[in-house]
Amino acid sequence: MDIYLPIAGQSVNALLIVALGGLVGMLSGMFGVGGGFLTTPLLIFYGIPPTVAVASATTQITGASVSGVYAHWRRGGVDLKMGGVMVAGGAVGSLVGAFLFRLLQASGQIDLVIGFLYVLLLGGIGGLMLKDALVGIGVVQAPLAPAKRPHHNRWIASLPLRWRFYASGLYVSPLAPLALGFGAGILTVLLGVGGGFILVPAMIYLLGMAARVVIGTSLIMILAVSAVTTMIHAMTTGAVDIVLAFLLLIGGVIGAQYGAILATRIKPDLLRLALAVIILLVALRMAIGLAWRPDEIYSIEYL
Amino acid sequence: MRRALILLALAPLLMAQAKPVLVPDISARSVEIRYSFTGAQLLLFGAILYPGGRIPTDKADIVVVLKGPVEPIIVREKQKIAGIWMNADSNRFRSAPSFYAVASSRPVRELVDERTAAIYELGLQDLQLSPGGGALPEKERRFEAGLLDLRRRSGLYAEHPNGVEISEGVLYRARITIPSQVPVGTYTTETFLIDDGKVIAAATRDVQIGKAGFERTVALAARQHGFLYGLAAVLMSLSLGWSAAMLFRRRV
Repeated sequence: MDIYLPIAGQSVNALLIVALGGLVGMLSGMFGVGGGFLTTPLLIFYGIPPTVAVASATTQITGASVSGVYAHWRRGGVDLKMGGVMVAGGAVGSLVGAFLFRLLQASGQIDLVIGFLYVLLLGGIGGLMLKDALVGIGVVQAPLAPAKRPHHNRWIASLPLRWRFYASGLYVSPLAPLALGFGAGILTVLLGVGGGFILVPAMIYLLGMAARVVIGTSLIMILAVSAVTTMIHAMTTGAVDIVLAFLLLIGGVIGAQYGAILATRIKPDLLRLALAVIILLVALRMAIGLAWRPDEIYSIEYL
Repeated sequence: MRRALILLALAPLLMAQAKPVLVPDISARSVEIRYSFTGAQLLLFGAILYPGGRIPTDKADIVVVLKGPVEPIIVREKQKIAGIWMNADSNRFRSAPSFYAVASSRPVRELVDERTAAIYELGLQDLQLSPGGGALPEKERRFEAGLLDLRRRSGLYAEHPNGVEISEGVLYRARITIPSQVPVGTYTTETFLIDDGKVIAAATRDVQIGKAGFERTVALAARQHGFLYGLAAVLMSLSLGWSAAMLFRRRV
């Protein structure tokens, strides 16, 4: 069933897009990540213009994180104060990201930067997760004397203006979560990812937040920042394709529910191993795309 | 039928002229892009009216051109630098047609010389792309070839050397396919009657290609009311996510 996308300006197979959304939604439900890191590259491989893919994937992330936020909210797993600070940083970050996006687009290097960031981030995070998961399963021996992780990162603890975040059990400067949100905001605009796969480890290892509120707080941050980013894309690049986002969401929200059910039946270590492998595969595909001779040497940009 | 009657009524007037006249028409004056649009096929047809109604023994040839709105573009070229393929060079073209298809009753090169082909833009090689920036001619040619190749493969540029059928020496027709990713705007069809390497008659018609209905509303809203459009997208996204969560909460 072919459907014409009014903003992308081409027709696509609607069922395929819904299935793609469903697949990504299932993964996001299983692993608690937004899934943007999969949607955007897959849409680009399908032939959607990269700008439209990034902007529309952002819209999809908003919807995909709603049910997660709702579930964590009811459980009391959201630190609103911390979330607020991070959202503030994220909003500024997405504005800066939009400016960077324009700049890179004008210089013709946006594709390169997107590809490079993907390889760097996904490769790094995927590698760390793979190691963690292998240690957890027992394939790899854990280091003999695991270094005791400091509760606070020393550098972050030295920042001025400390606030108390009761729900997170922290007494830190708001500058740290602000900077974290800022970085995630930039990534959301540039890559069309929610940034959950960066936020969660950073909140645990850098800020030392209580594990109970990490996922819920990161989800509410992703929800807010992706909504802001959709607005920014709609007002600057004009590349949000509401039909494409709708198709992705139909599959995505349903897939996410099944993914969540599935996740309760699989061993967490195996789950993490699977996620690590998927992330590394996407990073590898991106790296090949950078190093291999591309199908198209020439590309057209409209003035 | 009615059109034919009008033609018949006009015939004496038209035939009074010394030169042959072209009466072109298109199967659709406007193409509407709706949700199920996967491309369209236009039939470009018409009649050649010879003075006195006498069809000459050496039959003339027809070339039909369908051209989309002209737009300025930048073509970028990737090169391998330090092991990574990146955009390294670019060239500007100030007047590249967004769509171009030419059909002729015989290959254009057999009909006219290069000069005439260039004047009337009768082939992909003869497009006036107006490259800018004062680059070397060699580089310009490389980028032009890249652009033509890219658009040819995506179906936006096409040449049909034997795409025009002339029946009885007076009626001609050509079928031109437009792909789903065509840009909107006013397209022109140009029909040329060519004899002895010279264009002896020409006629043009316009075709409107535009988004219609829901597609038009969405495209307009995205361009003119960015804020409201974004808000609608966010609200749609939230409500879909919310309804799925509610739906499944009861079931699980």
